[in-house]
Amino acid sequence: MTTLTALCTFVAVGILVVILSYIAMRGIGALNLRFLVDTPRPVGEGGGIGNAIVGSGLLLLLSCAVGIPVGLACGIYLSEFGGGWFASAVRFLIDTLTGIPSIVTGVFVYAVIVLRMKHFSAFSGGIALALIMIPIVARTTEEMIKLVPHSLREGALALGAPQWRVTLGVVLPAAASGIATGAMLAIARVSGETAPLLFTAFGSRFFPRNLNEPIASLTVQIYNYAISPYDEWHTQAWAATLVLMALILSINIAVRFLTRNRFS
Amino acid sequence: MSQETKIGRSSLSPHPGPLPKREGNEGLIGQLYRRLSPTGNTGDAIFRATVFAAALLVLAVVLAMIVALASHSMLSIRQFGFGFLTSREWDPVKGQFGALAFIYGTIASSLIAVLISVPLSLGIAIFLVEQAPSYLARPITFLVELLAAIPSVVYGLWGIFVLAPFLRVHVEPHLARWFGWLPFFQGPITGIGLLTGGVILAIMITPIISAVVRDVLAAVPNTQREAALALGATKCETTLIVLVNGAPGIAGAVILGLGRAIGETMAVTMVIGNRAEISLSLFQPSYTLASVIANEFTEATANIYLSSLIELGLILFFVTFVVNAIARLLVWRVTRSTAGAI
Repeated sequence: MTTLTALCTFVAVGILVVILSYIAMRGIGALNLRFLVDTPRPVGEGGGIGNAIVGSGLLLLLSCAVGIPVGLACGIYLSEFGGGWFASAVRFLIDTLTGIPSIVTGVFVYAVIVLRMKHFSAFSGGIALALIMIPIVARTTEEMIKLVPHSLREGALALGAPQWRVTLGVVLPAAASGIATGAMLAIARVSGETAPLLFTAFGSRFFPRNLNEPIASLTVQIYNYAISPYDEWHTQAWAATLVLMALILSINIAVRFLTRNRFS
Repeated sequence: MSQETKIGRSSLSPHPGPLPKREGNEGLIGQLYRRLSPTGNTGDAIFRATVFAAALLVLAVVLAMIVALASHSMLSIRQFGFGFLTSREWDPVKGQFGALAFIYGTIASSLIAVLISVPLSLGIAIFLVEQAPSYLARPITFLVELLAAIPSVVYGLWGIFVLAPFLRVHVEPHLARWFGWLPFFQGPITGIGLLTGGVILAIMITPIISAVVRDVLAAVPNTQREAALALGATKCETTLIVLVNGAPGIAGAVILGLGRAIGETMAVTMVIGNRAEISLSLFQPSYTLASVIANEFTEATANIYLSSLIELGLILFFVTFVVNAIARLLVWRVTRSTAGAI
């Protein structure tokens, strides 16, 4: 029986290794400095993913600017005032919100923002990503704050600090590293999202000039190149994937080492 | 009663500031202020109002989602009514829209994914919780979780160029040869279709199912294992008893994975073939709710077309909402109740 379960585990880890090595092998060939800074060009003329990297970065910044404060505040509410039925309801909604397909989030943002503004924009893309981020940040914040010992809180309160200073000045710093790793995981998750960007940020072949117009992103670019009929674009899709996976994997491995030091 | 809670609170937070005055004729704002800050500190009131607003925002987003999706799909709901769910015709040119083919494709691909993934995930979870030594379990847990960190679009890319050709050459011909008498394995072999979609989904939901099953198994009290071993059960039988103990939680994990598979978009879109047909054969191309939205949303020019696509989104929203709610309740019951039993 151990053989069987070990085989299952081996299969899963093997698939991971196969996927990662394919990305490395196929991606490394097309990767060079020019590819990283150039804009897309017609087939046969090379081109690169510079605008997509900048676009993805801007979208991530936007989503962090909205998603992290809201998620953080929500997590603080759940952990510090989360005894009643309303908090339980919010907790339940947050859990189910993480299960809502990201494409539905995209449709929602399209209906609420893009249809109103009558054009695709980086703003709407950032908000769609933020909506995916909020539940992740909120739940990790709640879990991490709950780990802070109660004596710390009581000590601060006994010194006469009001509740808001206790939470912001004592509890939050104590939980900061845990919350930061949660936020990093949320960023890693969001940076791989494609579906909610298809009809919010849409995509673009140029460097972004302002946030009120369509913007390119790595993931949408990978998708468009992957389903194209051109071999050259397929190679570029693998190279762009290598860049994206380098970002995501480094965040995940960094988080792994940060948390290992804390718990051991 | 309220006087008692006041005392109880102030003993918990011995704030030396002046206790709020209790007057009968305070206005609405005064009452609100007292609700927000029992200690009578303005900073507390602002702080509490801010974090409460964030929680309220989450509630508002969910409500707004329902309202926005429902109101934008009204046009299609009015025109096609309940028949939208039972019609298999999807013809943007004629303006005829029915979701049956997509519902079929979604259910079929998700079921294939769950069928493949459940035994695999159970094996992984049992190995990691019951059998592997901790120096092996920790890094392997991390590696399996990394599978969940790979973005959907990357799975799709890998699916198109590696998995689909592999299945076309090495798997599907053998399935057709040995099981060709079944209606599931007939028709031309292209590598793009339901089976490939199901396999890629299975890989994607395996880390999710195995992670939750791992938590559930870890929550089964050790006394159960010790009792079984003391009665002379073998390791294998003990594991079986542990599995039975965690059964509702495992069911929850499977449903959670099913919910994820139903909503997965990019990877499936890239390998399932995107043809709105209902066919029993797993080799045939198919179409899911999520992938038709991803593919056709920006092309939808007619209002009724867009409205029908948004109605597909509404269906997807409700299905995943219900599936997730059931799964959460099941998992929560097991991890909570056994935690109480220890």
